[in-house]
Amino acid sequence: MVESVFESLEPLLPRVKKPVQYVGGERNAGTKPWDSVPVHWALCYPDAYEVGLPNQGLMILYEVLNERADALAERTYAVWPDLAALMREHGVPQFTVDGHRPVGAFDVLGVSFATELGYTNLLSILDLAGIPLHAADRDTSHPLVLAGGHAAFNPEPIADFVDIVALGDGEEVVGEITEVVEATRGCSRREVLERLAAVPGVYVPGLYDVSYGDDGAIAAVTPTSEAAPARVHKRTTSDLDDWPYPKQPLVPMAETVHERMSVEIFRGCTRGCRFCQAGMITRPVRERSPQGVGEMVEQGLKTSGYHEVGLLSLSSADHSGIGEIAKGLADRYEGTGTGLSLPSTRVDAFNVTLAEELTRSGRRSGLTFAPEGGSERLRKVINKMVSEDELIATVGTAYEHGWRQVKLYFMCGLPTETDEDVLQIATMAHGVIRAGRKAAGRGDVRATVSIGAFVPKPHTPFQWAAQADPDVVDARLRKLREAINSDRGLGRNIGLRYHDGQPSLIEGLLSRGDRRVGRVIERAWRDGQEFDGWSEHFSFERWVAAADAELTDVDLAWFTTRERDQDETLPWDHLDSGLDRGWLWDDWQDALHAEEQDDCRWTPCFDCGVCPTMGTEIQMAPPGSVPLSITPVGDRTSTPVRNPAFAADRGA
Amino acid sequence: MATARAKAGDAPHPSAPIAAKLRMRYAKRGRARFSSHRDVARTMEWTLRRAGVPVALSQGFSPHPKLSWLGAAPTGAASEAEYLEIGVTEELDPAVVAREVDAALPDGLAVVEVVRAGPGAIADRIDASRWVIDTPGVPDERLRPAIETFLAATEVTVERLTKNGPRPLDVRSAVAELGLTLTRTDEPEDADREDRARAATCGRLMTVVRHTTPAARPDDVCSALRAVAGLEFPEPVRATRWAQGRLDERGELVDPLAADRAAPTA
Repeated sequence: MVESVFESLEPLLPRVKKPVQYVGGERNAGTKPWDSVPVHWALCYPDAYEVGLPNQGLMILYEVLNERADALAERTYAVWPDLAALMREHGVPQFTVDGHRPVGAFDVLGVSFATELGYTNLLSILDLAGIPLHAADRDTSHPLVLAGGHAAFNPEPIADFVDIVALGDGEEVVGEITEVVEATRGCSRREVLERLAAVPGVYVPGLYDVSYGDDGAIAAVTPTSEAAPARVHKRTTSDLDDWPYPKQPLVPMAETVHERMSVEIFRGCTRGCRFCQAGMITRPVRERSPQGVGEMVEQGLKTSGYHEVGLLSLSSADHSGIGEIAKGLADRYEGTGTGLSLPSTRVDAFNVTLAEELTRSGRRSGLTFAPEGGSERLRKVINKMVSEDELIATVGTAYEHGWRQVKLYFMCGLPTETDEDVLQIATMAHGVIRAGRKAAGRGDVRATVSIGAFVPKPHTPFQWAAQADPDVVDARLRKLREAINSDRGLGRNIGLRYHDGQPSLIEGLLSRGDRRVGRVIERAWRDGQEFDGWSEHFSFERWVAAADAELTDVDLAWFTTRERDQDETLPWDHLDSGLDRGWLWDDWQDALHAEEQDDCRWTPCFDCGVCPTMGTEIQMAPPGSVPLSITPVGDRTSTPVRNPAFAADRGA
Repeated sequence: MATARAKAGDAPHPSAPIAAKLRMRYAKRGRARFSSHRDVARTMEWTLRRAGVPVALSQGFSPHPKLSWLGAAPTGAASEAEYLEIGVTEELDPAVVAREVDAALPDGLAVVEVVRAGPGAIADRIDASRWVIDTPGVPDERLRPAIETFLAATEVTVERLTKNGPRPLDVRSAVAELGLTLTRTDEPEDADREDRARAATCGRLMTVVRHTTPAARPDDVCSALRAVAGLEFPEPVRATRWAQGRLDERGELVDPLAADRAAPTA
């Protein structure tokens, strides 16, 4: 039996900001009796509750695990410094928000890393939980600390802090880990880890030795146990219609960053944008059927009450049945006050048509396009093919159809980029405003240009690239601002949003770092660094000082602004996302020559290697439509849910 | 150029008009007391949709449900008497709405009663609240003299931080009644000895506070006791609003839904 710590937490809550984030009690959350199951999971998103609660991955695994008869799962999030200080003072440990049970009592602490900026928070969470920071110092009385999520495709910087890593989709592997944990009860930690190393997709960093050469690069990564495979392959969940999760989305009382019902309409992407780690490591494309999408939306709205539905994927307009899905849902929920949205990075007229369908009974405030690169040459380098004429024409169509504002997403610091490439963003933005004014027949159209600094990521063709120095990025963005405002008449209708380049350099260190970076993370954390994704908590100076203090043969620049050779062993080379290393290198060379690569959904296979390596295939949804209709026309109300309890009142 | 496009302001698919107004009394209990008014409002909107209550929507491109909120209990305070008015597009049995919404609410929020709105505005029927305040670490014996000092004063001003900076607030003039109350209904039955010992050191205040601007909150009453009698509260107090209503000449709060219950049904 494990007791709730809520009694000791409660008196602290009136003294902290937004206490509701720590009390749990979300609609559709629940707790199981501790002793009713053999295996206990604490699922963690290592950022604030408001960011972590809506995370789809965590929500899916929470449901999948709790549906099992042999497991329970509760959730825990990073605690803000105000409460963390009080918890330390009063001896309250890191707790789950479901049962307020101490995290240290669980069998597995599964941490989902959407980004590397959660690494310092991992250490805060371990520390508050009373779990030794280093995996080597843990024994069977401690939880197995498991890292998953996209950042876990290079877990080497946190290799010292985690016991196991799960590569790829988590739906199936969490069950297999559960079974091993139960079967190895009573075994030594080493035995447990060796058994886990045999589970496909599970990487046990502690079972490998890493040596370094005189040049500072990795000489070899050597398994130290028979149980540890030389290469660990990612997991791939096939047939999303078999995995309609989350079925019952968590509805928090606290305000969070995404307050909507999210349905993943497909997983994977083969657009081939060379900067995009998500698109590379989640291949192949696996679509959910329109019927499956329709059922999830209906069920999700019923159990959540949300008034917005997000149709999620890496490029939602690319679903082969998106037209039917958009029309079907728009018809079904017309007049019910239900908003529909889909994130899309496409820059074409079809995107506008879709958005128009989805918003036909709702707000039409802003539309987003992501050309990513300022010049046509640079867009060829990153394989994001869209011509300036196309973009202007598309945006013109959007203004014509009633939108008054567009957002344009770009990156700065891309490989081969020059000042001139970035300055062309200004030319493009000016063109957009001109076309917009003409199409809308009015002067008040607006465009917002949002710019992110590019960070080279593992398992992408740009994994060999030199990251741009923050000073270079900052200087280019200053010049861009001047160029945008060089025409005051156009510039006043253009907003420019960007962050300075320094945090991106640290993200670069954490993204492509090896095990030596673990010491830097620990030092930065000991010096007070956490919540790296929040500018008010991020200290570049602290990170630089930690890197200077802890790195000996190599330095911060070596990990970030240095281009790698073809034959250098990369820290993640033994972790297999299915992508063929030779293909990645060729794609990198193509990028340098501004040569494009097609999408294998519509052109023949270009041998990226994923399908044959992983034994997977592209899964396109069979043609079909979202089933209609729960809301008969003429009987419109504000609710998409029909409650039979009210039928009598309708005189039916 | 598309000319037949809808322009901002005219909704292409207006929702049905309001057919009736319902008034709901609801409670915020236990852990839910840590929710803010915005948290409760959001939660209630989603709950009404989950429950399938046909709430009327405002017109326009960004339709909002027709809900009117009355002054909400502050974050951290519990309440048995919060009020909300709901515009619905159909005539509905208030008892069924009460049951269905209650079942769809998360733990800690509960529907106490739903009535069909009669004539008159509910806001005109509320000008005061009755609060019960638990004071851990401050037993009744220590509260008693402080209360006497407070009641004997003609003015007790505390500083209240508002959006526009600190403002002085005369708590004495806002307080219609302040005393000790002996009812202890929430003591955990299975509390161990230590908890019981703690309960013995926990006093309980009852106060009726007029709704002033800015509103005097339970915290302000405690601050006033500190200001007037030097009383220190070592732990955060726990306040629960037991009733809201109009303060009548006998000093009683008149139930704001009484007039709706008495109104002839349409």
